[in-house]
Amino acid sequence: MSRWRDGLEPLAAIAIALAVVSLLLLALGADPLRALGALASGAFGDRLAWTTTVLRMCPLALVGLGVAVAFRCGVWNIGGEGQLYLGALAATAVATRLAADAPAILLLPLLVIGGATAGALWAGIAAVLRVRRGVSEVLSTILLNFVALLLVAYAVHGPLQEVTHAYPQSGAFPDAARLGFLPGAGRVHTGLVLALLLPAAVWFGLFRTAAGLRLRAVGLAPEAARYAGIRPEREVVVALLLSGGLAGLAGALEVSGVTGRLFENLSSGYGFTAIAVALLARLHPLGVLPAALFFAALSTGSGAMQRVAHVPSVTVQVIEALVIFLSASFALPRRGD
Amino acid sequence: MDPGTLALVLATLRLATPLALAAMGELVAERAGILNIGIEGMMLGGAFVAFAVGVSTGSVVLATGAGVLAGAALAALFAAFVLVRRADPIVCGAALNLLALGATGTLYRLLFPPELGQAGAPQAGGWLLGLNPFVLLALALMLGVGFVLARTQVGLAVRAVGERAEAAHAQGVRVLRVRWASTLFGGACAGLAGATLVLWISDTFVEGMTSGRGFIALALVLFGGYRPLRIAGGALLFGLASAVQFRLQARGLQIPYNLLLMTPYLLTLIVLALFASRVRVPADLARPFSARD
Repeated sequence: MSRWRDGLEPLAAIAIALAVVSLLLLALGADPLRALGALASGAFGDRLAWTTTVLRMCPLALVGLGVAVAFRCGVWNIGGEGQLYLGALAATAVATRLAADAPAILLLPLLVIGGATAGALWAGIAAVLRVRRGVSEVLSTILLNFVALLLVAYAVHGPLQEVTHAYPQSGAFPDAARLGFLPGAGRVHTGLVLALLLPAAVWFGLFRTAAGLRLRAVGLAPEAARYAGIRPEREVVVALLLSGGLAGLAGALEVSGVTGRLFENLSSGYGFTAIAVALLARLHPLGVLPAALFFAALSTGSGAMQRVAHVPSVTVQVIEALVIFLSASFALPRRGD
Repeated sequence: MDPGTLALVLATLRLATPLALAAMGELVAERAGILNIGIEGMMLGGAFVAFAVGVSTGSVVLATGAGVLAGAALAALFAAFVLVRRADPIVCGAALNLLALGATGTLYRLLFPPELGQAGAPQAGGWLLGLNPFVLLALALMLGVGFVLARTQVGLAVRAVGERAEAAHAQGVRVLRVRWASTLFGGACAGLAGATLVLWISDTFVEGMTSGRGFIALALVLFGGYRPLRIAGGALLFGLASAVQFRLQARGLQIPYNLLLMTPYLLTLIVLALFASRVRVPADLARPFSARD
C-alpha cells in the first residue's frame, strides 16, 4: 500500500468519526460546532491546555506502542490498563516504602525499572496462561484489568496509604522520586523524552532486526513461522512482556512525573484508548506519536467541551470507538484477504 | 430451609441469572463461529435502554423488550463490521465495549441530569412458584438453546457454520445469514441480561454497571465446554461465589473489601487455567468467511 494512503486513511477515519458524532449530538439537541470548538481550544488554546495535552500523550504513546507490538505478533493484549496500574503501583511502592530515602540518582531508575518490570510481569501472567494452559490472552488480560484496579484500590486503602489514613491515596513521593520538568514546557516532565525515543527504538527493533522479523512473522502466519524454525510460543511471550513493560513504564512515569501519588482512577482509561491509538497508527511504531497526540487532545479537550457546550466528556469514548471500527475495517489488512 | 440458607439460594439465583442469559447468547454466536467480546457493551446498552424505557413507561415488559432490542441493535453494528467488512472480531468487540460505555454515559448524563432527581426503574416481581420471571427466562433459554442446537435443522446449520464454514457453504447453508442471525441472537440475550440488572438486581442505571459480567459470561461458555447445562451450572457457581462474598462483606470479616471483590475475576482466571485447554472450541471460531472464496 502506498505511503500517502497510510497517512490519508487515518485522517479519513478521524473525519468520519467526528462527523458521525456531530450528527448524533445534533440529534440530541446539542450544538456540535460549539462542542468541537470547545474541544479544540480546551486541548490547545493556551499554555496550560497544550502542556496538559502533551502530558496525556505520554502514557497513550507508550501503552499504544505496547499494544501495537503485541498486535503485530497476533497477540490481543487488551490489558494495557491493568499493566499501567501495576507499573504505577510498583513505582509507588519503591518511592514511598522500599527505597524512600534513596537519592534521586538511584531512586528514579529504580522506580522506572520497577514499574516497567511490574507491568511486564502482569502481562506475563497472561503469557504463561496462553502458552502453558491454552487460555486466550483476550480474556485473561481483560480479567487481569479488573484485578489490577482492585489491587490498587486495596493498596491505597491499606499498605500504601498515606500516614494520616484520611484519604484513599498513597503518601506523596519524596522530591528525589519526582521526574524533573522539561525546560520551557511548563509541567511536562522529562519522561516525555522516553515516550518520544522508544517508538523509534521499537521501530528499529521490529523492522531492522532478526528478532523483530520473528515477532512479526508469528503475527502474519504462525504456522509458516513454525516451519521456518521460529517458536511462536516464545514470540508471544516476548510480545506480551514488551507490551506490558511499556504500559508499566507509562504508569511509573505518570505517578512520578504527573501526580506524585498513587490513587484510584489514576489512568482515565489510557489502557483502552491505547487500542485506538495503535489502530489509528496502523500498528506502526512511529505512527503511535501523532495518534497519541490526537487522542490526548480529545481527552484534554473533553473537560472544556463539558463545561462550555454541556456535552458530556464521555462522548469522546464514542469517537474513540468509531475510529477503532473504521481503522479495523478499512485501513488494516484483514484476516482472510 | 432456614432463612439464612434461603437468602443465600435467592442471592445466588439473582447473581447467576444475568450471567446465564448472556452466556446462552454467546454460546449460540460462538457455535456459529462468531467470537463476540462485545457482549459486555451489549449488556450495558441493554441495561441503559431498559432503564430509560422502564422509567418513562413504568412497564417491566416494555423495558425488557427495549433492552433486548438495544442488545440486538449493537450486535447488528458489530456484525456489519465483522461479517460485511470482515474486520477483526476482537478489535471490533473491544471497540463496541468502548462505544457502549461512551454512548450510555453520554445519554445518561444528557437525559437524566442529577438535578432532575433519580427515578427508579420498575421492578420485576415474583411469578410462577415465586420465581422471578428472569430466572424462568434463563431456564427456558437454557433448555431451548440446548434443544435447538442439538436436535434441529437450524441447530445443525449453526454448528456446521462454526465448524466448517466452507463445507456448510458447499452443502447449501447460507453461512453469512446463519452468522448474522446467531450474532443478533447473542446480542439480544446480552441485552436481556442487561435489562435483568436494572429491572431486578438494582433499580437504577450506573455508568459501567455491568463491571465485567459480559466477560465472565464469555469465560463461562468455555468453562461449560459449549454445553448449555454446564454453562448454567457454571453461572450458579459464580452466583454462589459472589453471594458468599457479599455475605462475608456484610459480616464485616477482616478481609479487605477490595480483595473480596476480586473473587469473580480470579475465579474465572483459575477456572480458565484449569479447563481451557480441555475444551474443544468450534474449528472455525473467529475465522472470516466469504462466499466469493
